[in-house]
Amino acid sequence: YVEENLGVMSVGFLLSSPDDAVIWRGPKKNGLIKQFLRDVDWGEIDYLIVDTPPGTSDEHLSIVQYLSAAHIDGAVIITTPQEVSLQDVRKEINFCHKVKLPIIGIVENMSGFICPKCKNESQIFPPTTGGAEKMCQNLNVSLLGKVPLDPQIGKSCDRGQSFLSEAPESPATSSYRNIIQRIQEYCDQRHFQEEKII
Amino acid sequence: LLLFLPERSNLAGVRHILLVLSGKGGVGKSTISTELALALRHSGKKVGILDVDLCGPSIPRMFRVQDSAVHQCDSGWVPVFVDQDKSISLMSIGFLLEKPDDAVVWRGPKKNALIKQFVADVAWGDLDFLIVDTPPGTSDEHISTVEALRPYKPLGAILVTTPQAVAVGDVRRELTFCKKTGLRVLGIVENMSGFVCPHCSECTNIFSKGGGEELAKYAGVPFLGCVPLDPQLSQSLEEGRDFIQEFPKSSAFPALAQIAQQILDGTSQWSS
Repeated sequence: YVEENLGVMSVGFLLSSPDDAVIWRGPKKNGLIKQFLRDVDWGEIDYLIVDTPPGTSDEHLSIVQYLSAAHIDGAVIITTPQEVSLQDVRKEINFCHKVKLPIIGIVENMSGFICPKCKNESQIFPPTTGGAEKMCQNLNVSLLGKVPLDPQIGKSCDRGQSFLSEAPESPATSSYRNIIQRIQEYCDQRHFQEEKII
Repeated sequence: LLLFLPERSNLAGVRHILLVLSGKGGVGKSTISTELALALRHSGKKVGILDVDLCGPSIPRMFRVQDSAVHQCDSGWVPVFVDQDKSISLMSIGFLLEKPDDAVVWRGPKKNALIKQFVADVAWGDLDFLIVDTPPGTSDEHISTVEALRPYKPLGAILVTTPQAVAVGDVRRELTFCKKTGLRVLGIVENMSGFVCPHCSECTNIFSKGGGEELAKYAGVPFLGCVPLDPQLSQSLEEGRDFIQEFPKSSAFPALAQIAQQILDGTSQWSS
């Protein structure tokens, strides 16, 4: 537990050294994922967030399969603004459609950088094909928000601190908060709809 | 009894094979693979890139050949040449998809089968270098690729990281993978290392600094250099342009050129 109301499970906790590599083929990975879902005593929680590796393979298929009995509210898909990233995200969106996983929306990360000295904005990862905004329009999925680059984000993650607490004034913080609010609204709406059906 | 003869295979004409690995996603493996190929080509070498990232194949687009198709010949698949020059050739699952947005939703065994084919059945011809671009991690693709390449004695692997601890933490595991599979580590590249504001020249370490270099020191492997964030490089990759040829004054150029030079300098030492 990170805090009383924030619990974490990861294979990282099971490794005896930071140099230990998990060199497993699919079946073994699927086995551990099953265990993580079945054997972790989460207790009563409001949200379970499942962080996944990049791609559309064993881990993704397994987690969707194993969680199909519990209902998954949906997936949040992260991209950066460039086409090289969007290209892969379109595949991820197709994956979600294939396995009938609802898409809550897309987050465009690393979206612009404001120089701390001169305050000018640079597009380090240029949205040459219109960024997530255009893709979301084309594919009829929600754009939950854009998060700008902020050196404090990486620092906070490396130090295991809450960025939102460490840098409350950062534009990235307000972006995150807006995105989180939209996700909560989506989830609340779904539950409301389900209750109506019942 | 099937006799396997590496000298009669499709890789017989390939002088040096090197892998580009990372524990982490999104650190710039495909970028480094692409720029390394362009820089080696600039030095007069013939280069091939084998893209074994089956879920997120980025290489075709980085050379503006994403719409090309792959043809068969007597000895197997003909790689896609990026231009008339024929000095850079590519193979990627990206060329085999019916639609570019098609997701490859395969479990390990199917991925492994295709990787074996990619390693054995591409008619590369004569190449100075074959660069193998990988997806992040240490799983099916990596195990299969290293196993399939073993008879051809690859030079080794370049490991790419960004400077922060979370990325470096995964690259430590990648180093373990290399040790366990007997793959020589040619060096570590610290990518996205600093950003120089084009307006005022202030340098900001957006993703921290120094993690890659420290790791190289700690692990006793060569440090190949820091590549800064460079919007011109990102733009170049988006448009499938030759960054090395067209933007020699851009901020990422010196580091990328240096990485290629170190590889060239090292090959004689490593192949013995």
